[in-house]
Amino acid sequence: MSLFTPRRIGQMSLGGSLITYALLLAWAAFVIFPIYWLVITSFKSISDVNAGPVYLPFIDFQPSLHAWKDLLIEDWDDTRRAYVNSIIIALCSTALSVLVGSMAAYALVRVTYAPRFSTILLFVLSLGGALAASLAYGVDWRLAGAVAVAIFVLAVRGLGNRFAATLGNGDILFWMISQRILAPVVVVVPIYMMFQSVGLLDTRTAIIVTYAVINLPIVVWLMFDFFNSIPRDLEESAQLDGATMFTVFREVVLPLSKPGLAATTLLVMILAWNEYLLALFLSTADAQTMPILVAAMNAGERGILWWTMSAVIVVMILPVLVLAIVLQRFISKGILVGAVKG
Amino acid sequence: MSDLTSESAARRDAVLPSRSRGDRLNEWLDRNSRHIFLWPAVLLILVFSIFPLVASAVIAFARIRLQAGGYRVRFVGWQNFEKQIFGSEQFHFLGTFGAVSILGWAFGLAVTAWVIWWIVSYLRSGWTLIGTIGRLFPWGLVLLLGWLLAVTTLSGRPFGTLLTTYFYVLVGCGIQFLIGMGLAFLCSRAIRGRNIFRVLFFLPLMITPIGIGYTFRMMADTSKGPFAPVWQWAGLGDFSWATDPWAARMFIIIADSWQWIPFVFIMLLAAFENVPRDFNEAAQMDGASEWQIFREITWPQILPVAATVMLIRVIEAFKIVDLPNIMTSGGPGIATESMSLHALFAWRSLDLGQASAVAYLLLAVTVITCVSFFNLVVLKRVRT
Repeated sequence: MSLFTPRRIGQMSLGGSLITYALLLAWAAFVIFPIYWLVITSFKSISDVNAGPVYLPFIDFQPSLHAWKDLLIEDWDDTRRAYVNSIIIALCSTALSVLVGSMAAYALVRVTYAPRFSTILLFVLSLGGALAASLAYGVDWRLAGAVAVAIFVLAVRGLGNRFAATLGNGDILFWMISQRILAPVVVVVPIYMMFQSVGLLDTRTAIIVTYAVINLPIVVWLMFDFFNSIPRDLEESAQLDGATMFTVFREVVLPLSKPGLAATTLLVMILAWNEYLLALFLSTADAQTMPILVAAMNAGERGILWWTMSAVIVVMILPVLVLAIVLQRFISKGILVGAVKG
Repeated sequence: MSDLTSESAARRDAVLPSRSRGDRLNEWLDRNSRHIFLWPAVLLILVFSIFPLVASAVIAFARIRLQAGGYRVRFVGWQNFEKQIFGSEQFHFLGTFGAVSILGWAFGLAVTAWVIWWIVSYLRSGWTLIGTIGRLFPWGLVLLLGWLLAVTTLSGRPFGTLLTTYFYVLVGCGIQFLIGMGLAFLCSRAIRGRNIFRVLFFLPLMITPIGIGYTFRMMADTSKGPFAPVWQWAGLGDFSWATDPWAARMFIIIADSWQWIPFVFIMLLAAFENVPRDFNEAAQMDGASEWQIFREITWPQILPVAATVMLIRVIEAFKIVDLPNIMTSGGPGIATESMSLHALFAWRSLDLGQASAVAYLLLAVTVITCVSFFNLVVLKRVRT
């Protein structure tokens, strides 16, 4: 019997499992090593970082807490502000997008919509016209907006009955999910100008709303698949008892979707927690988030403060790590219900 | 269920004249619930996604000057796009064109021949008008990218942000797919400690891309990084990743893969676990080799999931901006600059028109690529 013959049907050969373990362990090392390096760098003294690589605490080098002292005592105000901002922004934007997104997904599963194609076309045309007028020809934006709304309402009344082509729920769903294709750079300049004109730049509100919207497509997509997999009988019997759509959603559907909600919430929260580009545009000081603080450790003439930066990144990873380990069992179950079905 | 019955009682009571304001509100909510459920999402997307998209389109055709007290906008037609494609920014977006080398001709003609073969085989297999029009986009895009590659890098000139972006998308996603699938396949077999590996392999996905960028800068440092002794031993102690275009690009792809392989891994692992074990065991009894089992039984079953996962991955890969920005600032020169970063730099130099034009070009190639991939790969695999 050779090394590569299976011992029993359904089992691997000895050689096969050795190779499997070797490959998996090699990948585990590749995953762990950068994280390990990050953690020990945060405990190195400046000279230990600059002199060349040292690998093992207490053997190669004497750990020092100077980076942590900088971060948690001397710059505590900055750190606390960024940390509090990040937590509030991640929590609020996740709550907003999960709430709004799952309501929309539920409606798309259970209610039939038929928006008119002509209405949508008209809407885009009047919006573009109003924008062009106010940006290019200096028309006051309130005037341009009012004229556009008037034209839109009148034309919808007039045209609506003549071009009756309608779209379905699938089109709405595709439209919402396809928003994910937009790279942030495509929309960030107008969003910046928009918040500037209402004086909300550098506030948490602006970042919360923006994050909620960019993560909305993910919520709608995952929760649509999840709600689709829930049997309808329960909801129908609740409806027969006279329950409204709100009651059914709150009392029947949401409790049944806990795994999907947990996975979606975790994913969206991680994305909001880690986002950098939009925060860079929308915050200057007061609303700074943790990723911005990380980038701030690349401080001009002194070069990169590797030790403090490593400490900041470690502090950033910790809460997500705890959350992910707690919710781990939901991740594989929840996210994949719809996706695996293709 | 007690809540439900009290709710229905409330509805019965609602027709009585002595109803309170709260009841009327409830009734109104109930009657309009189909709108109240959907409209918040639609409004958010309209205001923060569609409005900026249209506004961006307007800006892309304008030249905007920021000045005291506001903006001055002047419409310039296609000028912003012309500048990127034919004008002074051509080197930046498309690349520097040189005399086409023999290698370039060979590659360009090979791509052309392949596209012609693709067209002919499509026309032979029974064509429709919509199908042909839809396929004009991927045909044109492949020809464009092929000849761009032929006249720039294959003729010894640097290419621009368009091809750099495609390099990240195609090579990066290819690597991530192969390694992610390999790991998922290994992990799906009957081994001990599977859950430990699963949690461990998931870790990189949770780390902020900006942190990954800096961490990999430390990793790759040839004098202070952890692998410095290896570099010095190999006589490359003075070598810097950041000064060689191809090394810098590969360096970014390695960091990107480190982050995103977990995503491919965790999705495909679930797909592998969904393949019924009986099939494999029956084939094993019949004496099929591991490779045969994989190719004939497992692969066809995971294909739909794999195609969907890769579609998501490709969509996200087109947006790559944090890593090149942190790790190389787009350098050396423009060698690692993605189109997102190109737009970001244009915005930083306050050239909003150019920034929007580049962003729109990015949107166009993303949409063409993703829609073609969806129609020609994902849907086809699902149907057959």
